[in-house]
Amino acid sequence: MKKYSAFSLFKNALTNNKNWQASWRDASPKSKYDAIIVGGGGHGLATAYYLAKNHGMKNIAVVEKGWIGGGNTARNTTIVRSNYLCKESSLLYEKSLKLWEGLSQDINFNVMFSQRGVYNLGHTLQDMRDIERRVSANQLNGIDAEVVNAQQIKEAIPLINTSATARYPILGASLQRRAGVARHDAIAWGYARAASELGVDIIQQCEVTGIRKNGSQVTGIETTRGYIESKKVGVVVAGHASVLADMAGIRLPLESHPLQAYVSEPLKPVLDTVIMSNAVHGYVSQSDKGELVIGAGIDSYIGYGQRGSFHTIEHCMQAIIALFPNFSRVRMLRQWGGIVDVSPDACPILSKTPVEGLYLNCGWGTGGFKATPGSGWTFAHTIANNQPHELNAPFSLDRFSTGALIDEHGAAAVAH
Amino acid sequence: MQTNRLNQGGFIDRHKTLRFTFNGQSYFGYQGDTLASALVANDIKIVGRSFKYHRPRGIIGSGAEEPNAIFQIGSGATTEAGMRATQIELYDGLVAKSEKGWPSLSFDIAIINDWFSKLFGAGFYYKTFMYPAKFWKIYEYFLRRMAGLGRAPKQPDPDHYSHQNIHCDILIVGAGPAGLIAGVSAGKSGAKVIIADDQAMFGGSLLASKEIIGGQSSEEWIASQVEILKTLPNVTCLPRSTVFGYYDYNFLTINERCTNHLSEFTAGKIRQKLWRVRAKRVVLAQGAFERPLVFPNNDRPGIMLASAVSNYIHRYGVIPGKNAVLFTNNDSAYQAAIDIKTAGAQSVLIVDSRSEQPSDMVDAAKKCGVELQFDAVIRNVIGNKSIKAVQISAYDASDNTCKDKAEKRDCDLLIYSGGWSPAVHLHSQSGGKNKWDNERHCFVPGKPSQASSSIGSCNGTWILEDCLKEGITCAQEMVTNLGFKAVDMKLPSSKKTKINPMMPLWQVIAKDSSENLPKQFVDYQNDTTVSDIYLAVREGYTGIEHVKRYTALGFGTDQGKLGNINGMAILGQALKKPIEQIGTTTFRPAYTPVTFGVVAGEDIDEMFEPTRKTAIHDFHADRKAPFEIVGQWLRPWYFPEDNEDMLSAVSRECIAARSSLGIMDASTLGKIDVCGKDAVSFLEKIYTHDVAKMAIGQCAYGIMLGEDGMIKDDGVMARLGENHFYLTTTTGGAANVMSWLEQWLQTEWPHLDVYMTSLTDHLSTIALVGPNSRRVLQTLVNTDLSAEFFPFMRTCKSEIAGIAIDLYRVSFSGELAFEVNVNSNFALHLWNLLMKAGKDFGITPYGTETMHVLRAEKGFIIVGQDTDGSVNPLDAGLGWLISKEKDFLGKRSLERADSLRKDRKQLVGLLSVDNKSVIPEGAQLIEKKATSGPTPMYGHVSSSYYSPILGHPIALALVQSGRNRYGEKLLAVSSDAKAIEVSITKPIFYDLKGEQQRVE
Amino acid sequence: MLLIKCPWCGERDETEFSYGGEAAIKRPLKPKDLNDKDWADYLFMRKNTRGLFLEQWNHSVGCRQWFLVERNTVTYEIISTKRMNSDALNSEDSQ
Repeated sequence: MKKYSAFSLFKNALTNNKNWQASWRDASPKSKYDAIIVGGGGHGLATAYYLAKNHGMKNIAVVEKGWIGGGNTARNTTIVRSNYLCKESSLLYEKSLKLWEGLSQDINFNVMFSQRGVYNLGHTLQDMRDIERRVSANQLNGIDAEVVNAQQIKEAIPLINTSATARYPILGASLQRRAGVARHDAIAWGYARAASELGVDIIQQCEVTGIRKNGSQVTGIETTRGYIESKKVGVVVAGHASVLADMAGIRLPLESHPLQAYVSEPLKPVLDTVIMSNAVHGYVSQSDKGELVIGAGIDSYIGYGQRGSFHTIEHCMQAIIALFPNFSRVRMLRQWGGIVDVSPDACPILSKTPVEGLYLNCGWGTGGFKATPGSGWTFAHTIANNQPHELNAPFSLDRFSTGALIDEHGAAAVAH
Repeated sequence: MQTNRLNQGGFIDRHKTLRFTFNGQSYFGYQGDTLASALVANDIKIVGRSFKYHRPRGIIGSGAEEPNAIFQIGSGATTEAGMRATQIELYDGLVAKSEKGWPSLSFDIAIINDWFSKLFGAGFYYKTFMYPAKFWKIYEYFLRRMAGLGRAPKQPDPDHYSHQNIHCDILIVGAGPAGLIAGVSAGKSGAKVIIADDQAMFGGSLLASKEIIGGQSSEEWIASQVEILKTLPNVTCLPRSTVFGYYDYNFLTINERCTNHLSEFTAGKIRQKLWRVRAKRVVLAQGAFERPLVFPNNDRPGIMLASAVSNYIHRYGVIPGKNAVLFTNNDSAYQAAIDIKTAGAQSVLIVDSRSEQPSDMVDAAKKCGVELQFDAVIRNVIGNKSIKAVQISAYDASDNTCKDKAEKRDCDLLIYSGGWSPAVHLHSQSGGKNKWDNERHCFVPGKPSQASSSIGSCNGTWILEDCLKEGITCAQEMVTNLGFKAVDMKLPSSKKTKINPMMPLWQVIAKDSSENLPKQFVDYQNDTTVSDIYLAVREGYTGIEHVKRYTALGFGTDQGKLGNINGMAILGQALKKPIEQIGTTTFRPAYTPVTFGVVAGEDIDEMFEPTRKTAIHDFHADRKAPFEIVGQWLRPWYFPEDNEDMLSAVSRECIAARSSLGIMDASTLGKIDVCGKDAVSFLEKIYTHDVAKMAIGQCAYGIMLGEDGMIKDDGVMARLGENHFYLTTTTGGAANVMSWLEQWLQTEWPHLDVYMTSLTDHLSTIALVGPNSRRVLQTLVNTDLSAEFFPFMRTCKSEIAGIAIDLYRVSFSGELAFEVNVNSNFALHLWNLLMKAGKDFGITPYGTETMHVLRAEKGFIIVGQDTDGSVNPLDAGLGWLISKEKDFLGKRSLERADSLRKDRKQLVGLLSVDNKSVIPEGAQLIEKKATSGPTPMYGHVSSSYYSPILGHPIALALVQSGRNRYGEKLLAVSSDAKAIEVSITKPIFYDLKGEQQRVE
Repeated sequence: MLLIKCPWCGERDETEFSYGGEAAIKRPLKPKDLNDKDWADYLFMRKNTRGLFLEQWNHSVGCRQWFLVERNTVTYEIISTKRMNSDALNSEDSQ
């Protein structure tokens, strides 16, 4: 693989950009692999990369039913943060954040991780108690976090409405300065390129239609491009986890919901950080291209249609105008929807399953993008060693039987 | 000088001159102009600079497809970015600025991007700016400033926006020939019809044509159809209204621009209105977009779509050039050549990539003096800031390339047309697929997935007569289907033109590769070129979605209206695949951008959420009590006297309640009446305690659990009769609990005979609290309130001054207290009576803060504050409420392994060791800070106050194995890193035996 | 934006309703006889069907009745709606 750099750009410019190589090999399925990852989104590609890089597994494949990075990776609002309340989640997301911090250099692909800070706003006294609880816990877990008051918010973000007479006035916020946003497509393409370089087969246009077992041991997958044998199968298909698990006879505690987002037309810099408000249900940042990138709450019903209902967008728009009354004349360019699988405790499942050799990575709800590197890193560990890493051990499927749920609801009614 | 203005023609009023400014320079136009037509009239060539390479650009189109003339309109609070000059109706005083170009449009320093453009190929930013890692912030700073188009206002929007819901039988999108005749046809049948068009005038493409329809000129025909529509009471005409979203179940959204054409800001008027439409049927008649052709330097100012040229001439009386060359692969563009020649152009040459074949258009062109050159293409454009000449080469259809030899032709306008793309956007949004048509060389709508039909050119139907026929047929079928009687409509006669088929020409291919030639633009807005598409393919981005994302093709604010199809076809060439195998693109709302304001509508500011106020609110407001927001409710927080701060006010209120008499408005509590012969058996399943054992007239503190065993809600409940109960819930939980109870009743136990009624708003609750509460209340009621007749945890009915009340002797403060329920209509009056009656005892109104202090002193929890979704009743020290005998919701979960853990977090009290520091709520409890790695945390502080009656701070906390740790010391660490030493105690601080609330 | 036919009130906009998830999850008659896994199965495990799905909705700002909806979770097409059938869905306390 030829390294990307300013120098390589310059060199290739001299030859009219005709000597660039394919970013990844578009592979056809072999008959057998040591491990197969089902799902070519960010999480699946990251898993493959770390399997190859950290665990020396080279005879592996990622199978994707469409084009890599075409699912939720392409449909989110790219927020990256680790300031979660519970120790279990905060350590997992912090692992991820640390990986983000060196990711562009590690995979030699600019994922544009922009550590511009994330403000989680508080609008009620209870919000502020929860913020204090979360921030003090973050700090003790070694995660950067601080509580800021309305005046500090106003100084940092002059256009925000901190009026005390607002319907839900801003009382304060938690701020994680290391948090930020990243470039969503780059994470899929960058991991694909890096994994491919390490020998991973990336197989697009290959839909899984069945999971074969021998007793309780997985033996391979049936696909639209034929049967592929493997004793280890990792399923990383956000939104469709229940459908795939069903093929192996496993029931999951998940519901798949539409999650909508939209962007404005590109504007000159107007917002230099990320604002999230659970109370009024809206979050907003500005992409490097200049679009305001805005996420709404999830739609209430189960939906695999990659679209939600218009009133959800209306309500989110009202929330954004409550926070930024000057955005009223900004214009919405495009809206879209993704499918999020939501678990009862709003935390992911990164786990072995009752089927030997079958591993599940799902249930990220609205918070999956930020976890991409950490999810891949721990899931690769789980698959390679057939046991979870201590970081993802709490996120087992068993917890729903024992009752050891990881309650993030306290911190985030809508965990982004 | 409007040098390009014709002396006659167009739908403009030459007597109404309008002044406007563009980039600070004043110009004039006429009423009826768009900003674009006025700029063309004033011979303004450069209207913008391109996104990436900052190349000078001119106006290409005349409608929603325009990629270059995108302006910042207005200033200050009423400025709006990203506005297309082609869609802006000119008004006097309009202020427009181009969005790029520094220091000026004519000289933009960033043109150096163009010179070094090989460095900035598709996706270049993924390959660089990585080293050193920490420099990304700096790179990003500059990248962000280079990117972005217009500017958001810095002040709140002074305008108003509105929503309107409407149902109709048929919604017609687009009032061109097909839409108009469908509207008339459907309207005459009596069906309820809405017809919306994004332009100020109905007529669509006919406005720019000289067709004869049914013996009338197109202008007269449009007027007659509009007249019919206006006289039909069942038809709503919506001009200036863009249907931008097509959602499930024929729900469509229309953005009506009510005042945009009048001025930047029109006080007292609604600026834009969002129509939320449910239509039984939808007719899609949005027309089609003309496609550009792709050849080197095809972006120079002075290049314009053929349909735009006709539009400017016929609609606005503006001629965009004097010496024109028209480059086409189809017959429809000939009309523009004829139009401009007839309008007075000195020379017009048609360069047609096809071989000569007889056709009506060829004849017509020749007849009016247009020159023709067949088997030829434009291979390059000369002129930088405005077009000077073009290079014409012979085209060899056998190998799809142009010959090297070129001849030069001087011109000041290059008109082009690559054929038409039906506007399939809404069809696609509705869930319908589009299919490639190999004869018409465009995507046409496939089978509709909702009750809709596409007609006219958005269905790929080009001939006027066929469009009219489709309009009539479609409308008649729909109305018949809906049960109306279709009226007979005669198909108006129109000219039958013989046209030759177009020739697909996606890119002018020369012998030299496109990388070695000047840029050939596919997407003007994002500066996506042919080389970019080939580069993407070379790098493995071969799926259309990958190519679009990697090259930004179609990601501009025109959403690829001009470039997408050419881009897909060129991708097909690169991959050597037919275009139908490249896939289709799905379109998403919005069809054209809409303001956040209109989507939000009226529900902003104080209307963002309903505000709920208690019936006693005015009293609190009169006393200048600050309000705490709890859910949708406003609750008085405390009642300051004489500039008191909160701490002093709360201290005074607490002492009053503990020593004499306080009064609190508790009306926000959720209240539910439950009756029916199975009420007991129902409530037994809901509450953890033994409901059946309660005597009539008895009250109980009850908790409800979710099936996961965690505390869901709590409150006092009372048995009013054998089969009659009254429940209270928390303020925030009221609506949820009611729904939850109904869900269990209706879905799991529908056989139970139980009826529930929410009384939350119907009844108000006033709490009289303190040792003197009984004495004062007794002066007002005849009921004997003595402990003997009305002991703790009892309820009875009574009356005050003729007002019926329910009395509850319950206490959330640990004091002798009574809660009085009264019809909300009388609540304020009763409150005032109680205030008067308690005057001699210093009756003191208190708010939520004092309520919190009083309850915390007693260790009473607030669900949602002292519990979250992970606290079960045993954790909260409420094991005594759990019935051993019966099953209830959540009971089984209390026996799961994790529920039985010994080290679960339990509710405890905390005292500050220094006896004076109030611990911040939310602080974490630790032993000591770890020197490395995470510090173990044992719990957190959920409630914390200074207790006035005790004279020291108190707190409640959830602590691992807390009840085994009484007496132990921990550190409470808050976000400001301060640590307060605390000792763990029982979660009760005052009146440990509970004597005061039970006082005899 | 769904259009849902309340079996009591007729067709109404989705905004009038609230969602209740998978229908016909029967609460075990004797929870205490269940092991942790079976209890968790009842409590958390869901079909989450991609395709035709039986779910429950509440006409929350209308008649407040819960009812059954058969809906395609991909196309969002509602096949049918019907009133809760007390015979089919309940049994525990029919004594």
